[in-house]
Amino acid sequence: MTTSGYNFAYLDEQTKRMLRRALLKAVAIPGYQVPFGSREMPLPYGWGTGGIQVTAAILGTNDVLKVIDQGSDDTVNAVNIRRFFARTAGVATTNRTPEATVIQTRHRIPETPLAAGQIMVYQVPEPEPLHRLEPREAVTRKLHALADYGFMHVKLYEDIARYGHIATTYDYPVLVNDRYLMAPSPIPKFDNPKLNHSPALQLFGAGREKRVYAVPPYTKVESLDFEDHPFSVQQWDAPCALCGASDSFLDEVVLDDVGGRMFVCSDSEYCSNRQAAGHAGSAVKEAA
Amino acid sequence: MNAPHTPLLPGLPQPAPDSQRIFRQLLDAMAQPGRIHALQVAVTAPAPLAPAASAIALTLCDYETPVWLQSAGPEAWLRFHSGCPLVDDPGTARFALIDQPASMPALAAFAQGEAEYPDRSATLIIQVSAFGEQGLVFAGPGIDGETRLGVAGLPDQFWRDWQQSHGRFPLGVDLVLVAGTRFLCIPRTTTVREG
Repeated sequence: MTTSGYNFAYLDEQTKRMLRRALLKAVAIPGYQVPFGSREMPLPYGWGTGGIQVTAAILGTNDVLKVIDQGSDDTVNAVNIRRFFARTAGVATTNRTPEATVIQTRHRIPETPLAAGQIMVYQVPEPEPLHRLEPREAVTRKLHALADYGFMHVKLYEDIARYGHIATTYDYPVLVNDRYLMAPSPIPKFDNPKLNHSPALQLFGAGREKRVYAVPPYTKVESLDFEDHPFSVQQWDAPCALCGASDSFLDEVVLDDVGGRMFVCSDSEYCSNRQAAGHAGSAVKEAA
Repeated sequence: MNAPHTPLLPGLPQPAPDSQRIFRQLLDAMAQPGRIHALQVAVTAPAPLAPAASAIALTLCDYETPVWLQSAGPEAWLRFHSGCPLVDDPGTARFALIDQPASMPALAAFAQGEAEYPDRSATLIIQVSAFGEQGLVFAGPGIDGETRLGVAGLPDQFWRDWQQSHGRFPLGVDLVLVAGTRFLCIPRTTTVREG
């Protein structure tokens, strides 16, 4: 059911035009953060207002929208945002990655490979990868202008000096098109390789910080590392307890108060598709 | 020039859905340089603008975007439908509408952005005579390998000028090339060589 009394997809046309101009510049300068006039949305900052504004600016009546929150289609943020656009834009929604034309995401990239023509919209809490090292935006903009990313290499080096390995596991910094340092949003570093040379267009929206940025399709996205400490992704000792997948990102689920736990796919659609196809993990086999 | 009594041509038939459709084509074109899109909206363009150029102008321009017009004609139409200010100095424009590329200013005459804010740069909407299949090789972000394409109606030095502009990255201008109702985009990251 669509809600009356609002413009199509909630935002007014002038706001959409402003966002659309910013998005075109963002695509033209991959990884560079374009400022935009972030609007008050009917939910607080931190709930995906940047992603919602980007989605509102691009969405049309023929789009099919998928929304995920930490990989799941069924958690509160994903359900709310999907319903928001079903009501204000009347668009079709789906859980199935291959059917979606626009996928808004909080902190994951689907396990199912993306296709050409699809658009990923990331919700970004902190767009500036250098923010924790240099809080002044005037200075970080200067550092980006000079492509001076020594700070970040020192930070990664300090990780190695202290822990023996690079301890950053999510929002792992990437260099886009050999030029701009970019925060990939708090996706696990497990997803970083999916950013590189993706056939899909990837848009990033930060509502509170009022910036959008983008990675065009088929663009080099490189995770920062050192020759003797190459970038690597997380690995788990056991496959998913529900579907038996050994190639997906796993969440730890605490089962009781005596140390019981299991690891299951964070991508709920991927996991249920595998289970429907007859795959079973250890927890399912035990129950049977 | 539009005399005061000349009736204005209409703008986009359905401004909200039409501009969304045109924007998505633009976004796809900017994300995949060299891919040709055909305008899906019927627009009656005021001379000397091509239909795609006028539709794109109405999709992106408003009171926040100074526009530079190379040739007189569409001033009243643009002002009425988009509310954009028109400027005489190409260096202060966010969008430039160019219908005679043979006599257009050098790319460096348009806003290139600033080192800290390279997005504060112009987007040039240039009308060419036709698109072909051969003659130019495009490469860069958005292109899987290389794309071959022909563009007729640009002056000889244009692509040399473009490569110089490319050398100023991340500063530079972005292009929308228009041939009638068809268009393609060339962002500043795209390298173009003849071959």
